Amino acid sequence: MKVVIFGCGRSGSMLALQLASRGHKVTVIEKNPESLERLGKDYPVRIVLGNGLDLDTLEKAGVDSCNAFFAMTRGDNTNLMAAQIVQHNYGVERVAVKVSDPVRAEAYRKLGLFCINAAALIAGMCLTWFQQENYQPIDEYNKLAEEMEL
Amino acid sequence: MYVIVVGGGDVGIQLAKRLIARDHEVLMIEKEASQATRLANLLGDQHVMMGDACDLLTQKTSGFARADVVVAVTGEDEDNLICCQLAKEVWKVKRLIARVNDPAHEEVFRKLGIDDTVSATRILFGMIDQQISSDELIPVGNLHKGAVEVVESELSDESPLIGVAVRDVKLPQGTYIVYILRNGVGMRVDGDTEFQVGDLVVAIVPVARAEGLRAVLREKS
Repeated sequence: MKVVIFGCGRSGSMLALQLASRGHKVTVIEKNPESLERLGKDYPVRIVLGNGLDLDTLEKAGVDSCNAFFAMTRGDNTNLMAAQIVQHNYGVERVAVKVSDPVRAEAYRKLGLFCINAAALIAGMCLTWFQQENYQPIDEYNKLAEEMEL
Repeated sequence: MYVIVVGGGDVGIQLAKRLIARDHEVLMIEKEASQATRLANLLGDQHVMMGDACDLLTQKTSGFARADVVVAVTGEDEDNLICCQLAKEVWKVKRLIARVNDPAHEEVFRKLGIDDTVSATRILFGMIDQQISSDELIPVGNLHKGAVEVVESELSDESPLIGVAVRDVKLPQGTYIVYILRNGVGMRVDGDTEFQVGDLVVAIVPVARAEGLRAVLREKS
């Protein structure tokens, strides 16, 4: 499948290499050339240098014909905006968004975006590990963010 | 009115000053601590809060729930968008205005539920364009929450419309030519009106059909 990943940080680069090694056609959007070093040498990934909020850059990366889009930069607002552009302007159905703020992640989950929040996942998995239970589906961990008092 | 201004740059400062002078209740939210201190000295402590206006806790404590208007004028489109979306969805703020730095994002904002946007780039571009080009469509303003545009175009001697009557022009659906400025004099338009060189034609067009109107102005029929 054709996938586009916005952001070549730790999670974006890891995801890019994993998807590529499973035979998917991966395009990475990244504005900082130094971040591409995370992909190592001879990586099987297409690179588009630029900002993923820029419509021309998104189109160059092929979002109009991709099967999935991952917003993985370190900026929550950047990720949320890029994901919504791709979803609403280009009709991509499978869109995943990295959101660091658990409350913001929960707010946008309610609006129908698939938001992954590291804080909820880490806290939840630590809890599971500590209580020596079986690891749970992501929705169970997301509930921890729901319980956060605003 | 209670107006929350997000982003304490030059645009935000000038806006807040005027709103305060008009006796509105104004709160400016600024992320940078040093800038927030400067703003507090300038506008008064009660008008400034330091914080991330996209953080729901900041939104809660600054009273988004009772805000009449939220105006997001930071230099970052993503911050302006998310701030307004959260204000709308979580706190049900009725009136939202967002500054858009990349003009291409205006339509994006509209699709994502933020209808009132201000793009300095587009306005400036429109003004410059107005000076230099004929037969181009110049946006003048928006109606109906941005779904409909008021546009104008000056007809050159190369325009395919010259000598053609209004009723014979195939306009896109929902598009109306409402006014012609000819030799500095405004005139009413009906089906018999024939276009002349130098006419400034004012039309109302649904945003989605502006491209079709552009084609009518340019292409030889």
